[in-house]
Amino acid sequence: MTNLEQSPDRGGITGHLLSAADLDAAAATQVLDTAAELAALSDRSVKKLPTLRGRTVVNLFYEDSTRTRISFEAAAKRLSADVINFSVKGSSVSKGESLKDTALTLQAMGADAVVIRHAASGAPHRLARWVDGSVVNAGDGTHEHPTQALLDAYTMRSRLGRLSGLTVAIVGDVLHSRVARSNALLLNTLGADVTLVGPPTLLPVGVDSWPVKTSYDLDAVLPTVDVVMALRVQRERMEDSFFPSAREYARRYGLDAARLRKLPEHAIVMHPGPMNRGMEIAPDVADSPRSTIVEQVANGVSVRMAVLYLLLGGQV
Amino acid sequence: MTTYLIKGASIVGAEPTDLLIRDGVVAAVGRDAAAPGAEVIDADGLIALPGLVDLHTHLREPGREDAETVMSGSRAAALGGYTAVCAMANTDPVADTAGVVEQVWRLGQAAGLVDVRPVGAVTVGLAGERLAELGAMATSAAAVRIFSDDGHCVSDPRLMRRALEYVKAFDGVIAQHAEEPRLTVGAQLHEGELSGRLGLAGWPAVAEEAIIARDALLAGHVGSRLHICHVSTAGSVEIIRGAKRAGIRITAEVTPHHLLLTDARAESYDPVFKVNPPLRTDTDVAALRAGLAEGVIDAVATDHAPHAVEDKECEWQYARPGMLGLETALSIVMSTKSLSWDGIAERMSRVPARIAGLDGHGRDPAPGVPANLTLVDPAATWVVEPAELASLSRNTPYAGMELPGRVMATFLAGRPTVLDGKATK
Amino acid sequence: MAYPSSVEQTDSGGAAGTGRLAAKVVVNGADLARIVDRIAHQILEKTDGARDCVLLGIPTRGVPLARRLAARIEAFEGFLPPAGALDVTLYRDDLRLRGARAVGHTDLPPAGIDGKQVILVDDVLFSGRTVRAALDALKDLGRPRLVQLAVLVDRGHRELPIRADYVGKNIPTSLVENVRVRLTETDGSDEVRLEDQVGGAA
Ligand SMILES: [Zn+2]
Repeated sequence: MTNLEQSPDRGGITGHLLSAADLDAAAATQVLDTAAELAALSDRSVKKLPTLRGRTVVNLFYEDSTRTRISFEAAAKRLSADVINFSVKGSSVSKGESLKDTALTLQAMGADAVVIRHAASGAPHRLARWVDGSVVNAGDGTHEHPTQALLDAYTMRSRLGRLSGLTVAIVGDVLHSRVARSNALLLNTLGADVTLVGPPTLLPVGVDSWPVKTSYDLDAVLPTVDVVMALRVQRERMEDSFFPSAREYARRYGLDAARLRKLPEHAIVMHPGPMNRGMEIAPDVADSPRSTIVEQVANGVSVRMAVLYLLLGGQV
Repeated sequence: MTTYLIKGASIVGAEPTDLLIRDGVVAAVGRDAAAPGAEVIDADGLIALPGLVDLHTHLREPGREDAETVMSGSRAAALGGYTAVCAMANTDPVADTAGVVEQVWRLGQAAGLVDVRPVGAVTVGLAGERLAELGAMATSAAAVRIFSDDGHCVSDPRLMRRALEYVKAFDGVIAQHAEEPRLTVGAQLHEGELSGRLGLAGWPAVAEEAIIARDALLAGHVGSRLHICHVSTAGSVEIIRGAKRAGIRITAEVTPHHLLLTDARAESYDPVFKVNPPLRTDTDVAALRAGLAEGVIDAVATDHAPHAVEDKECEWQYARPGMLGLETALSIVMSTKSLSWDGIAERMSRVPARIAGLDGHGRDPAPGVPANLTLVDPAATWVVEPAELASLSRNTPYAGMELPGRVMATFLAGRPTVLDGKATK
Repeated sequence: MAYPSSVEQTDSGGAAGTGRLAAKVVVNGADLARIVDRIAHQILEKTDGARDCVLLGIPTRGVPLARRLAARIEAFEGFLPPAGALDVTLYRDDLRLRGARAVGHTDLPPAGIDGKQVILVDDVLFSGRTVRAALDALKDLGRPRLVQLAVLVDRGHRELPIRADYVGKNIPTSLVENVRVRLTETDGSDEVRLEDQVGGAA
């Protein structure tokens, strides 16, 4: 196992966090353990830690995602980092300054870390070539969202006590889901068994080479799982004929009360948010005690604090 | 006009001999070839090839002179051993009228480094809705023979049928960019394991194969010639093989990059590897090499596609597709070791010249043949340095690679366009 | 979880293991037990019978030391003062120099530290930077009535105006030496060794 105290420059999480695949089991566990300690500290009256005083964290958001931005902002501020929010409106078509030019600006500002959310898959990888600071992928296109996977793993571990050997079903629009990609990679690294469930149109070509099982039949999978995670399904997918109608989707893949009853007693229900209530998840399921949706938000701050601390804590 | 005596060249791999070049033609071949006052070129160890012919070049002029001009692209072509290039129609304005194709042709004449043969658009504005004035382009000074909406597929089957039929009147050929657009909406990368993992919308092989199959059947039905641009999949090779067996008049080209690179290059998200059709898999590369050697694929064409820095130094999905190719094509083909010298002459010169209807090109150096030829040092290697390329753009996927073969001299109609490995203008 | 070696965790600094010339046991198991007993007695004397006392060990080896002191106080006085752990990693001022470290566990007694006499416990006192970080951490956790410091070894070379209230053993050292503390709970045996190191960085 990696022992950071003995060799601070070996193992663990270094450089950037672009993909859940950047983390081996030791590094991922270190993030989760660190997050657990930080979560304990956040219960006290003085929430701020001096750890990253004098460091600058830039939130570079090309997509509106208030929840993710606020989560990263809170995490950075609780570690006393200086936070600069840099929101870039508009898309490729109306592109003003290029990502590269923005990167050079951030570089000149001396950003120690850049948290980037971008509609284009791989944008954080490009950015990482242009800045010296650490790049944290806060969601890129239909690629990955590694801190979401970390907070999901954290939530599972704190609810169920372990990750190794857990059976996790991830249900819905896997094709377009960065959450599904990062979760599949990270949970596999941490020893959980992942089953991706959805209509065949929404499972990527080549998914058979992923370290997961797949199924088209949610009802068959439910009795065997410890965790079921519903993915957000965008209604525009209907127009592209990925499935015929919202009603049919909900009937075949929505988590409703009847499906909840098929789960084992201890199993939990997760959703990365924001939810389409009545589509992939029924309101009474979202609000049930088995749902971890509210804790997921709180855990997000602790996990992101851990990531920022481990990336920046030792960086000269 | 200077007379040149090329000494010791091996014509397409044969025993070394001497060539006398005078008044635009090869005047004599043999050890006794000589002329008083001839400038002697020591070609000891060099291979003489018929000047290469590119069926698929994007010169960007008019419209994107920041990325390439007819002049800069011609220089790149000459340095790559080419004596003729077919300039694609997707310029701005589109080459869909006699006026535009003549302009491009005249710019090529003025540059004087390579025969620039404009390709005419099949449909007005490449919009795929109604035929451009194909006959006017054919009878213009540019004498257009190849028509293509390259960059776009002529996807409407009825329109494609009409185009195939119509160009028979002037022995034209439709060069199809085979891509069923409904299957490639937003497509970024070969659809496969990697596109799924990288979260990039997939460009499925079937989108190419379905169009090739359809158009082969259409060409057979109306008895027309069809040319397939940049074949990229193993399945396409099979379909073309079958169509040829069935007697359909179909020809096909493959790019050097599809003969060498695979989609694995996309892992870095560096858009220098973004191209349309996309880089495919090892299986496809192997099938393309075999198809080329066998002759199922008739020609190597570069799909030389210069792009300005800002169109490549960006996010993958916002980047324009395309790669430079003219200056590296011969070396890349040599590096695949799939063709003999005769095979290279066949696939990179003779056959493409035939497809394009260029009588003065694609003929092995022999007495009386127009002196369009290139001299290659097969033993030399070079390292691709983007900034040193003659193209105005830098988007080569081979940066830093050490490649075999170096073009030492190129002659266009008896005049050197490249000497000592350097362009003459 | 595995405990790391004492070298990085304490103030003694320097990487262990390379170019070591000699090691000398300066405190053996019996000595160490006597030292803990003596400090426990001194605490009882100086804190009015350890009433309202909270012993907070600094991870890694300060934590078992704090528990031992509490147990000895119980043996002498018949009541067990609360003992806990105070991790200072997030308050260190040398993170940039030495890399991100795993965050240790902070474990405060249920009654907290407000108004209490807090005794910080660590194995080795060296530059004083760990103790400074501990004081900062403490400030964020509450307001003790007073704070004292107990260390097993004081090896000198202070870089801050910090001194210990209770010192088990003063061991004058050179900067090329390492003080290695071993405890049964973390290392399998009790012992303090002084190690020479070629070119030992401090
Ligand atoms: Zn094309």
